[in-house]
Amino acid sequence: MATTNTKPKMPKTGYVEGAGFAGFRHNIKIDFRRNKVLYFLSIPIIVWYIIFHYIPMVGIVMAFQKFSPALGFFESPWIGFTNFVRFFTGPYFGRLLRNTTMIGVLDVIFGFPAPIIFALLLNEIKVTKYKKFVQTVSYMPYFISMVVVCGLIVDFTQSGGLISHLVSSLTGKAPENLLANPRYYWAIHIISNIWQGMGYGSIIYIAALASVDQEPYEAAAIDGANRWQRTIHITIPSLVPTIMIMLILRMGSLLQVGADKILLLYTPATYETADVISTYIYRSGLQNYDYGFATAVGLFNSVIGTLFLVVTNAISRKYTESSLF
Amino acid sequence: MVEKKSISGIIFDVLNYLFMALIAFICVVPIIHVIWASVSDPASVDKATSFILWPLGKPSFNAYRIILKYKNIWTGYKNTLFYVVAQCLLTSVLTVIAGYITSRKRFRYRNVLMMFLAFTMLFNGGMIPTYMVVNYLGLLDTRAALLIPQAMSVFYIIIMRTAISGIPDSLEESARIDGAGEFTVMFRIILPLCKATFAVIILFIAVGKWNEWFPALLYLPQSKDKYPLQMFMREILISAQNSTSSVTQSAAEYMDNAQMYKTLVKYGAIVVSTLPILLIYPFCQKYFVTGVMIGSVKG
Repeated sequence: MATTNTKPKMPKTGYVEGAGFAGFRHNIKIDFRRNKVLYFLSIPIIVWYIIFHYIPMVGIVMAFQKFSPALGFFESPWIGFTNFVRFFTGPYFGRLLRNTTMIGVLDVIFGFPAPIIFALLLNEIKVTKYKKFVQTVSYMPYFISMVVVCGLIVDFTQSGGLISHLVSSLTGKAPENLLANPRYYWAIHIISNIWQGMGYGSIIYIAALASVDQEPYEAAAIDGANRWQRTIHITIPSLVPTIMIMLILRMGSLLQVGADKILLLYTPATYETADVISTYIYRSGLQNYDYGFATAVGLFNSVIGTLFLVVTNAISRKYTESSLF
Repeated sequence: MVEKKSISGIIFDVLNYLFMALIAFICVVPIIHVIWASVSDPASVDKATSFILWPLGKPSFNAYRIILKYKNIWTGYKNTLFYVVAQCLLTSVLTVIAGYITSRKRFRYRNVLMMFLAFTMLFNGGMIPTYMVVNYLGLLDTRAALLIPQAMSVFYIIIMRTAISGIPDSLEESARIDGAGEFTVMFRIILPLCKATFAVIILFIAVGKWNEWFPALLYLPQSKDKYPLQMFMREILISAQNSTSSVTQSAAEYMDNAQMYKTLVKYGAIVVSTLPILLIYPFCQKYFVTGVMIGSVKG
């Protein structure tokens, strides 16, 4: 509804469309008059978001500075891409990239299907009470704090620990401290993630399964399809939209391997496989006070992360019906 | 639908029931182990080579006697309770307001505002710039540092907004005709109608806060007195074994061979810090289910 007039007429009340900046000023005035309280209420929210989200985005300029907290975001000396060059040519770049990618990818490969398979198997249980019981119990690990989960891992995998015993009785080797051996870190990380997240992650699939239309099953049964065939041809297709959405969400954060769990589990002895970008940011920024450098590493990580999200979303939009934006 | 079961179907069912039982067992066994070990005979626990499914030796509560005198845990408990309550109040009020504003159809720029908020999900400044902002605001080593930087989350706002959008506009209009102001509409008309969603958000905040430790590591570098429980748990369970040693050493005054209880004190601390959540969550299940549903539908 673009107006052709060069000087659009501003009605006393009501909004104008397509009148450029003058129109916007006019509209916001009217909108403000109508929703004064809403405008005032949104001030603290906008201010909070500016302070805690948008100013840190501006603070990314630190990545191009030899940052010193006393000088601040704009007074610190500018050094161009030095921090990035240092990171890319530094001794840890390859290791960090490999660990972050591998932990992220393995976590999706093993951690993503686990709740789906669990939900499908649980769906085959017809005794409601038993089903509910298993379900409730399976959520439990999700509610245990990361610190306690990691404390349990440390305790169970030490050389006298229960899991170390179990592993040694399977392999026939003497029990060792599994967490101190870099070769086992990825396995420990991913298995414990599955233990903690599988039950909770299955909620969405169980709900989707509960809402599947029963009619096709009856028709298929009459046509002589067995349970396996019904699962393959009816149940799984009806889960695909949910699976796709969850997969995009998961892929989007593939390379955002969080620091908190690894900070609790790793030791200098296992940096070789356990050190990821986020833990490296923590160490170089908050332990070595190399703020500019740590910000540069962080920027690299979030640019890659955002790219990943956008690309996955585009791929998904092209090949399936589901996309996030 | 009654149907004749094939042999393979029956075998599958039996195996499936057993497998589900195994999964359930794996999910709870570490906690069962911790609970029973914490009241067992310490020497047998240290020698155990498999999970403890019932108390070994004569049950005793000596580990808990040591924990009772361990001041840090109770400081942490007090702090965590404060953080949980304060964060729930702060975040839930702000979330309701933000959800209300961004769902008002008469507010012309509601979608602009929502985009402004949602953009932060896509891209953020990262750990260090955020830390610097908290530093410049003078929040480091204050209790506010654990509350204000986490005051809002787009995720909760979207959940709240979706719930509020489902309420017909006519309710607000008729309240307005009766002379209700913005706050009356928000807290007297709208909020009671999305109680379930509100409960979900409170639960998410409370559980998240109870289990949170990383912000404390970042923002409370020098204030142990303000540490939440999980930070002390980290000391006990992870940082160094000597942390429990110092506890048991101080317990030597009132207990013989207190040193033996090192492992049991760890387990006891886990029970003390985790039990509240484990007792509550089965009753809140249905709320969590709704929360996950709304959250994922909206991405």
